[in-house]
This record gives sequence, C-alpha cells and structure tokens, in this order.
Amino acid sequence: MGLDNKKGKLLGHDRDELINLADKALKREGVISVIVVLLGFLLGTLLIAFVGKNPSGMYSSIWQAITGHNTVTGRFNIRNIGDTLNYLVPFTLCGLSIAFAYRAGLFNIGAEGQYIVGMTVATVCAYYGPKVPVIHAVYCLLMATAAAAAYGGVVGYLKSKFEVSEVVATIMLNYTALYLSRMVCMALPGATTYNTSPFPKTALMKWGPLESMFNGSTINLGILVLVFGLLVYWFIMEKTILGFELKATGFNKNASLASGIPTRRSTILSMAISGAFAGAAGAVVAIGSFTYGRIVSGMDNYGFNGIAVALIGNCKTIGILLAGYLFGVLKQAQQFMQTRGVPREVTFIIQGVIVVFIALRSAAEIMRARISKMKVGDSKAKSGAPASVKAE
Amino acid sequence: MGIINSIPLVLMLTAPILITAIGGMICERSGVVNIALEGLMAIGALGAAAAHVLMESPLGHGLSILISILIAMIASMAFSALHGVCAINLNSDQTISGVGINLLADGVTIFVAQILFSADRTKEFMFGMHAGTGNIYPSAWISIIVLLLVWYVLYELPYGLHLRACGEHPESAESAGINVRKIRWSAVLISGALAGLAGACCVLTQSTQFTNNLINGKGYIALAAVAFGRWKPLGVFLASLLFGLAQTFALIAVNIGALSSIPSEVFNIIPYAVTLIALICFSGKNYAPAASGKPFTVSGS
Repeated sequence: MGLDNKKGKLLGHDRDELINLADKALKREGVISVIVVLLGFLLGTLLIAFVGKNPSGMYSSIWQAITGHNTVTGRFNIRNIGDTLNYLVPFTLCGLSIAFAYRAGLFNIGAEGQYIVGMTVATVCAYYGPKVPVIHAVYCLLMATAAAAAYGGVVGYLKSKFEVSEVVATIMLNYTALYLSRMVCMALPGATTYNTSPFPKTALMKWGPLESMFNGSTINLGILVLVFGLLVYWFIMEKTILGFELKATGFNKNASLASGIPTRRSTILSMAISGAFAGAAGAVVAIGSFTYGRIVSGMDNYGFNGIAVALIGNCKTIGILLAGYLFGVLKQAQQFMQTRGVPREVTFIIQGVIVVFIALRSAAEIMRARISKMKVGDSKAKSGAPASVKAE
Repeated sequence: MGIINSIPLVLMLTAPILITAIGGMICERSGVVNIALEGLMAIGALGAAAAHVLMESPLGHGLSILISILIAMIASMAFSALHGVCAINLNSDQTISGVGINLLADGVTIFVAQILFSADRTKEFMFGMHAGTGNIYPSAWISIIVLLLVWYVLYELPYGLHLRACGEHPESAESAGINVRKIRWSAVLISGALAGLAGACCVLTQSTQFTNNLINGKGYIALAAVAFGRWKPLGVFLASLLFGLAQTFALIAVNIGALSSIPSEVFNIIPYAVTLIALICFSGKNYAPAASGKPFTVSGS
C-alpha cells in the first residue's frame, strides 16, 4: 500500500507538470496560431516532396519574398520587399474587416463582395472624380470606403431587422457584387473584355520617391491607408465606448441588451465598419496596384483569405498585421516558386489548410476539457470530495 | 423561337445545381451547414475530367465516363470527410471549415492539374456525355433519380426520420437512442458524393476540360437553392429549375430579340437576389432546420 502510494506520487508529479504545461500552452491563443501555421507549412512541404519536387524551392522563394535576396543567383533586389509589402495591404485590411465583425459576434463572409464594391467604386471615381492631385485619390478612397460600408451595413440591417443570417446574406451578395461590378465597368471608357482605358494620373496612389526607393516596385501610398486602418481598428476596439459595446454584443447579446446597449445599432454599425475596411482594401488594389480599370471575371480571394488572416491573428491588431504579412509573403513567393519548378498552387493549399486547421482552436478546448477532467480526477482521488468541472 | 429548343440546355444547366442542392439539403437537414459545396463541386469536376482524359482511349468511352463519375464522387466524399471531422468531431465553426475547404479546393484542383498535365487546366477529352433522346443529357435523368430517391429516403424510411430529428432537436434524438454524430457523418458524406457527381456532370456536359472558372459560383447557387427551396425536396427542385433557367437566359439572351439589350449579368444575379429577397420575406417563419450549424456535444462525456 505504502509502496503503491509513493510510486503513484512520483508518476503523478511528472504527469501533473506535463498536464499543467499542456494546459498553459493551449490557453495561449498565439501558441495555437503558430501551431496551425506550422502544420500548414508541414503539409505543404510533404505535398511538394510527395509529387517529387524539391521543397527547398518553396522556402528559398519565401526567403526571397521576405529579404529580397535570391539564393539561386545570389542577387539582391529591394523591389521584392516592396512588392511583398504591397500585397500585405489588402490581406491585412480584409483581415481587419473580418475581425471587426467577428468581435461583434458576426461572421462577415462578404468581405470579398465589399472588396469588389470598393474596387468598382474607386475605378468609377478614378474616371469621373475631380482631377486634382492628392484630392482625386483621396476622393476615390473615401467613396469606395463609403459604398462598401453601405454594402456591409445592409447585411447588418437585414440581420437586426429580419433575422436574416449574415452568413447566407453575404454569400448571396458576393456574387451579386461581382456581376454588378462587371456591368458597371463594361460601361466605362475604353472597356474591352478584361480592362478599361488607363486612369488619369491624379487618381493613382503611386508616389515616385517611394517607388524609386524600392527600385520600381508596385508599392504605393496604400501602405498609409493600412497604417491608418490599423490605428482606427485598435482605437475603436480598445479605447472607445463603441468598441466596448460591440465586443459586449458579440460576447453576450441578451445580457448587453438587458444592460442598455443598443445591440441592433451595434450589429448594423459593426457590419458597416467591417465593410469599410474591405472597401478600402478594394480601393487600394484598384488605384494603387493597377493603373487601369479591371473587368473582373472571378474573385481575387483577398476577402476570403481575410478570414484566415483575422483568425490566425486572433482578431488582435498586431496579430492581424503579422498574419497579413504571412499571406503577403506567400503571394509574392508564388512567382518565384514557379520558376523553381514548384507549383505555385501549393501556397493556396497551405492557406486553405490553415483555415481548416483553425478548427484546432475548438479541438484545443476539447483537449483542455479533457485535461481539466484528468486534474479533477486527481483531486477527487486525493480529497475524496466531488469537484465541479469547469467547462472552459 | 429559342424557348422550346432550349429545354435541353435548361436541363443541362439545372442538373448539377439540383444534384448539389439536394446534397446540401440533406446535410443541413441533419444539422450541418455545408458552405463547402462550391469547392466540393470543383474537386468532383477536376476528378472526372482528369480521369476521363486519361482513360478515354484505353477503356472506351462509356466505361471511362462511368469510372470518372465514380472517381469524382469518391474524391469529393474524401474532401467532405474533412468537413465532417471539423464540424462533427471537433465542434469547430462549420462556416470556417467550409470556407477553408473552398480555398483548399482552389489550390488542390489546379495543383493536381499541374502535376498531371503541367498546365493550370486539364487536357481536353474527346467526348463528354452523349445526349440521348430529345437532345437531353443523361445528367438530367440522374438528377431526377437522385431527387426521387432522396425524397423517398427522407420521408419514407426510418433513416430519413432520424436524420431530420438530428437537424431539428439533436438532444431529443440522442435520448431516443439515435446516434447523432453517425447520422450527421453519413449526411456530410452523402452531400460530398452528390457534389462530386454534380461536378462530374457539369464538366462532362458543359465543357471539354476542367478550368478554374468552370464551377464559378454554381455551388453557391446550389446553396441559394436550398434556402430558397425552404429545405424541402420539391422546393429545392423548383428553385434549382428557376436558377437553371436564369443561367440559360444568361447564355442565350443575346439571341432573343426582346432580351438582347439586357446584359447577361442581370440573369447571373437573379439566383442570389431572389434568394436574398425570399429570406427577407420568410423572416420570422423558421423554415430552416432548428439545429442547423450548431455543433452537437454529447453531454456528460
């Protein structure tokens, strides 16, 4: 009996420590995000090896996208860094869009549609806006943001007034936006099947010094829009009553309503602001990355990938920026991968896998529930008294 | 002039939507939302196209089509299993895993095409499905058979009753001795297989190869058909027919004098706009399965 006890204590001690460590790790959301991303890359690497290609091609491409250093030729080109930063902008803005709605308890799958609305309105304004430097580009950006905010706000209104699921409503509005965009852009000057005539110079977000600093990269002043967006997101969420009300609504709608928070207004506002972020992303791509209007035939997928960006970033400002950078790097790395014999689609697979693996978050909760049960089992054995199990 | 002549065209465009929508309906009636239909259709279409290209000459046309369809169904079913694990076993947000599978399908389909054919699309096959009497493709008959079969299973067999119970009130179903997770798993796999079948029908009747814009929203139209059809077989059938008609007009409106001035995009928007308006009109009356989209946790485990 005594021997058994001692043995159990020894083993139990090690086990306790291990359990505590696992419990602590799973409690940290950042740890889970890192695990999810690593798993995505692991799967991508295995897949490349499985089809008989060399995975190092993918990593050297990613290295080149981050540092601008080409390990094959040994050359360095700062343009690569600039292009990566340019891709980072729409990913992060769409991430902010989804995160904003998500913290208010709404799932905005419509960021893709709102992005298209922003892109389309910016394109239209580029032709018909006041052709004054700076003012023209700002006008395009503001109009695009406002239109996309309205497009998102409608969903919030339908949700609060008619209880239409925002998920279904936004899915319907995504393709509606795509076809509306085609109709509008086909009526613009110089419209062919794919694009319209070049924009007036005043509408562009390009800035010479920045471009030459990055050796002719596509990087543009959209990066300022991103900085502003990050500040707005952080400020509203952390420093304002509105942010508090939104988060409270997302956390417990009925309790918020009972304590006097106008939850209906919260729902509409959060969808509208969410739309505004996605619309800004659309504008930045339209008049920043391109110099002519596009007649889109499919989705750019920035909005859908924004879901991954927001969730990997745990809806925190810095997290979203980091996740957006990861996706920007992957997008920029695609073109290098193709030249190194690695199919660039593997990056899409990694992105998709990451979203699917976000499920690990709920899996982590299940695991923690199991762990706490193990702990409870121990304390039960020690004290003999029943202990209540905390679900979270 | 074109209306009567275009009946085969309407049926050809309706069949994939109908088959996918029926799968989606089964899934939602069991309590699992399946946004991944779009991606699952793409996987099926790629599987069928790739298999048919590779087998058409060695195996002969008929056998190759049959096996291609089978491969498409198995491939999509395997992918839907991913959704099953996330949604049923890990209690994750069903919308997130659905979106993930759609993104994944974007990558996987083109990746496979790159590996097999070194291009971002499959090679062209020589002949797809042959149209039968009245110029109607077999896919139309397949969709009708699937519809009748599913209606019978859902409303006449105990399994169907159990499945509907899982979507309405899983706790009661569980306490009555029904294994909710098992039923939901079967529904997810069936919807995967049907989406694969639909993808195969789509590529084998409407195209000669798989490209990344072949499906282009058809899965989402099917999702709309489920909601517009109020989660009932007859409703889903009529909704799919309407949306198939809209797609037909998008293609042939140019040739019809009175309609030629309307951009085809207007017809493309119809399924989505109609569904959104319908959802607003249905509001307050809960047609959707009560437990759809909510993870089921077995209490006491």
